[in-house]
Amino acid sequence: MFSFEFMQNAYIAGTFIAIICGIMGVYVVGRNMSFLSHMLSEIGFSGAAFGIFMGWQALSGMLLFTIVSSILIGKMSVQASKRESAISAVSSLFLGLGILFLSISNKNVSYATNILFGSVIGIGRDEVNQVLLLTIISLVFILFLYRPLKYDSFDHIGASVKGIHTNFVSILFLVVLALSVSTAAQIVGSLLIFVLLTLPAAAAKIVAKTVSGMMLFAISAALIGVWLGLYLGYVTNWPVSFFIALIECVIYFGSMIIKKDN
Amino acid sequence: MTETLVQVQKLAMDFPGQKLFNNLSFDVDRRDFLSIIGENGVGKTTLIRALLNQVKPTSGSIKFRKGTKVGYVPQFRNIERDYPLSIRDFVALNLQNGKMPWLSKMERTQLDEILEETDLVDIQNTRIGRASGGQKQKAYLAQALVDNPDLLILDESTASLDTVRKYELFNLVQHFNQQHDLTVISVTHDFDLMQRYSNRYLMLKEDHYALGEVADIKNEEDLLDV
Repeated sequence: MFSFEFMQNAYIAGTFIAIICGIMGVYVVGRNMSFLSHMLSEIGFSGAAFGIFMGWQALSGMLLFTIVSSILIGKMSVQASKRESAISAVSSLFLGLGILFLSISNKNVSYATNILFGSVIGIGRDEVNQVLLLTIISLVFILFLYRPLKYDSFDHIGASVKGIHTNFVSILFLVVLALSVSTAAQIVGSLLIFVLLTLPAAAAKIVAKTVSGMMLFAISAALIGVWLGLYLGYVTNWPVSFFIALIECVIYFGSMIIKKDN
Repeated sequence: MTETLVQVQKLAMDFPGQKLFNNLSFDVDRRDFLSIIGENGVGKTTLIRALLNQVKPTSGSIKFRKGTKVGYVPQFRNIERDYPLSIRDFVALNLQNGKMPWLSKMERTQLDEILEETDLVDIQNTRIGRASGGQKQKAYLAQALVDNPDLLILDESTASLDTVRKYELFNLVQHFNQQHDLTVISVTHDFDLMQRYSNRYLMLKEDHYALGEVADIKNEEDLLDV
């Protein structure tokens, strides 16, 4: 299997994506932002379609859309009660825009499928390098922000009293989240980012009791999903995204059942 | 000799339709245990937010002695049952001086000591979401104190506790006040708590305030007359 370059590429990219998603997912869960990360992925779809329409790489369009929108979201401090419907409205608009861009760019349907559901087997060495670069940038930001971000994500009241610039931390976090979403979309597609970003971290929240423990668990769960999913996809010729989704769901529901009593 | 930690001068806050603190002035000295007491709506929480630099006063000033570190235990915190962190990890959130993701040896010692002193060692690995109300408040206290603040601000921290737990928490606060020179500002409408633990009081009323020694107050009526 590893004698094929495309499988090597898929494994390298997948590994880095699993690591960054495991880490970012813990913060997403801590900040109760699962819904928001879902919206970012839909905006990402629209951005990718826009990129194709403009004749750029899909990833460039995705980065543009997700980063700009994450800064806008950070600036609008929408009331919690209105947030969900606002997010739903914005998501629908961006999904619609995505379809529009795809249709006027005269690309065939497989483009849409690739963006929405991923095309990890198809990624080349250049794309692997992009994934590496984006992951490293994200990791550097996270390392730099680790303690204040952890405080703000798991105890917002305490962090704001401490004098941590929670608005600044929050916007920077959203930008890094945009980077991760765009990176992860390369492998699982924008519709299934949830699967790598939220499910492993949600399972970790059930199992682990420390932030570092949650990260370790989430990274492991994401890695198992990606590695095993790629293997099963290779063997069966079924879509890799399907297997990753299946494995992450098994891990998530498994954690729920095991930890049911406490 | 006394050392003034906080100096509030001629403080006033105007909100639409309401004026709070008619030129409020008071000092807080190191090792003071000041209770801020008063009815709902007289601005106790607003005063705390001003002290924490979360709202700007309309006029007047609040000055801290240079280098004063403040710890805060809020009235309310959004910790639900499925909140993942253990008491130990929750307390450690307030260790913010180090830059590395992991704690240094010194920080671990600091953490061990505060858990020991707040009597949380045995339950340090319990998830805080699953802890009882009293244990939670102790963990909030430990988090505020792990960083060795000079001043601790408690905002109605006992509101949800029964009498036994209330005393347990305030005995701890008193211990830090007496043994570690911690200065305390406690907002409460609990007369008994004020009389038992604090040495000074600040009584806030709608249009005036009174400041004095708790020793001069014998019962709740005395306080209403001031």
